[in-house]
Amino acid sequence: MNMESMIAERVKEVPPSGIRKFFDIASEMEGVISLGVGEPDFVTPWNVREACIYSLEKGMTCYTSNWGMPELRKAISCYLSRRFGLQYNPKNEIVVTVGASEAIDLALRAILNPGDEVLIPDPSYVAYMPCVHFTGAKAVAVECRPENEFRLTPDKLEQKITSKTKALILPYPNNPTGAIMTQEDLEAIAQVLRRTNIIVISDEIYAELTYGKKHVSIASLPDMKERTVVINGFSKAFAMTGWRLGYAAGHPALISAMVKIHQYTTLCAPIMAQVAAIEALKKGFEDGFASVEYMVRQYNMRRKVMVNGFREIGLECYEPKGAFYVFPSIKKTGMTSDEFCEKLLMDQKVAVVPGSAFGASGEGFIRCSYAYSIDNINEAIKRIGNFLKKIL
Amino acid sequence: MVNEILEILNEDSRRTPEEIAVMLGTDVETVRQKIEELEKNKVIVKYNTLINWDKTDREYVTALIEVKVTPQRDLGFDAIAERIYKFPEVKSVFLMSGDYDLAVMIEGRTMKEVAFFVAEKLSVLDSVLSTATHFVLKKYKVDGVVLEDEERDYRQVIVP
Ligand SMILES: Cc1ncc(COP(=O)(O)O)c(C=O)c1O
Repeated sequence: MNMESMIAERVKEVPPSGIRKFFDIASEMEGVISLGVGEPDFVTPWNVREACIYSLEKGMTCYTSNWGMPELRKAISCYLSRRFGLQYNPKNEIVVTVGASEAIDLALRAILNPGDEVLIPDPSYVAYMPCVHFTGAKAVAVECRPENEFRLTPDKLEQKITSKTKALILPYPNNPTGAIMTQEDLEAIAQVLRRTNIIVISDEIYAELTYGKKHVSIASLPDMKERTVVINGFSKAFAMTGWRLGYAAGHPALISAMVKIHQYTTLCAPIMAQVAAIEALKKGFEDGFASVEYMVRQYNMRRKVMVNGFREIGLECYEPKGAFYVFPSIKKTGMTSDEFCEKLLMDQKVAVVPGSAFGASGEGFIRCSYAYSIDNINEAIKRIGNFLKKIL
Repeated sequence: MVNEILEILNEDSRRTPEEIAVMLGTDVETVRQKIEELEKNKVIVKYNTLINWDKTDREYVTALIEVKVTPQRDLGFDAIAERIYKFPEVKSVFLMSGDYDLAVMIEGRTMKEVAFFVAEKLSVLDSVLSTATHFVLKKYKVDGVVLEDEERDYRQVIVP
């Protein structure tokens, strides 16, 4: 049998990930210094790991409610209220998922029919476009410009709205640009959306990681809660990427549609991760999220070191205010992002990610993560500086 | 700002004022000034290195001595603490709540040397009522740093 011919068209149509190629080269190389990782370098705080170990010792190894453990949903509800002023009923407005990844997929599958259109700011996280495509709907890129610090602007948004537009994915703080949307920025977007029937899928996985300004959720704006599904999780804020735990909060009708898919495809998120997440939140309520704040302080210092370092070696970059990425322009080298990253890897053994992997508007930029020690960042910047001297 | 500077130096005392200024988004002169003040006020007492001597061929033992004393009128515990911490063999001295009064960390070349020091120098002091010596067998974590078996970076090289 020719298995390749058996693969569904929708799956075949999605191009292979632009990151894959670099991953394959970089992971074979010795002595690579990487700025290529989109996850915290911190290990999950010990109290959280310890709570999970204890639950295993007690024998908590079963399924949970499809929606997630009631105690966890209550804690998430409380967390969203305290940190972002969002009110969600833990009984029917929150579902616990396998990472924010699953929550995004569920939200899309719960609302999309073939032919529907979903607006996605460009550049953005690599998963949105394929997830939309798998449903038979159409992903429509909305360009974000460096002169706007890669924020989504109402004019660009309006240009792309058609009668088929079903949803907007709003991913701020943004991977790969580090852009954030302030309350005013969001209000301008909300003004466009209130006149429509567009659902906002607000991916707020980096909500805790902002520097200077606190994160604002679009769901906290007047009349926006009913049309927004908030996606969040434990991966970035609590350094829990490998636990695969996230959640969605939104309108009961949408959440129960998502639970319908979730219960048949996934059943429930792993109980071990749920128990750990309860501990992460409980401790946070007690100590004012001290470990989150500690990590944010560390990221902030590294962010400054990286922005300053790039500017010193002559790479132009605006100051990113969220997540843990700097997104410098490499346009003056005359290379494409792909070329630049490949040559940099071969010549200096530094792994960064081409901006073009995140959408057409990312062309001419590279994504550099500062989820690394300062010494690692300094060494990488030195090597990138050497590379620039050679080629310019 | 001051606490942030201290946090950075506590993590790595080799960070230069230039580096710290970048990390905190301020100018070098301000950082220099603050550090100077901190040094002058003895907030920053010393810049030293955390060494795992167990990995060297230096022969040494560390012991924790629990010391019970009678506090002196007007001077409390301070005078006797001073009598004890002046000995160079004594690495640290803490006043404790609970069963005993002073926790004294001593370093010597051999157990015998430490034992003799306790017998000849500590126990004989006027206000010392009793001592109990506990030798350190292995150091796992010192000043917040795990000496061996540090968790390594398990992340892949590139992740979206
Ligand atoms: C913007 C964004 N959303 C979602 C995810 C996935 O998060 P999770 O680990 O919760 O599935 C990532 C991970 O890199 C991300 O960058």
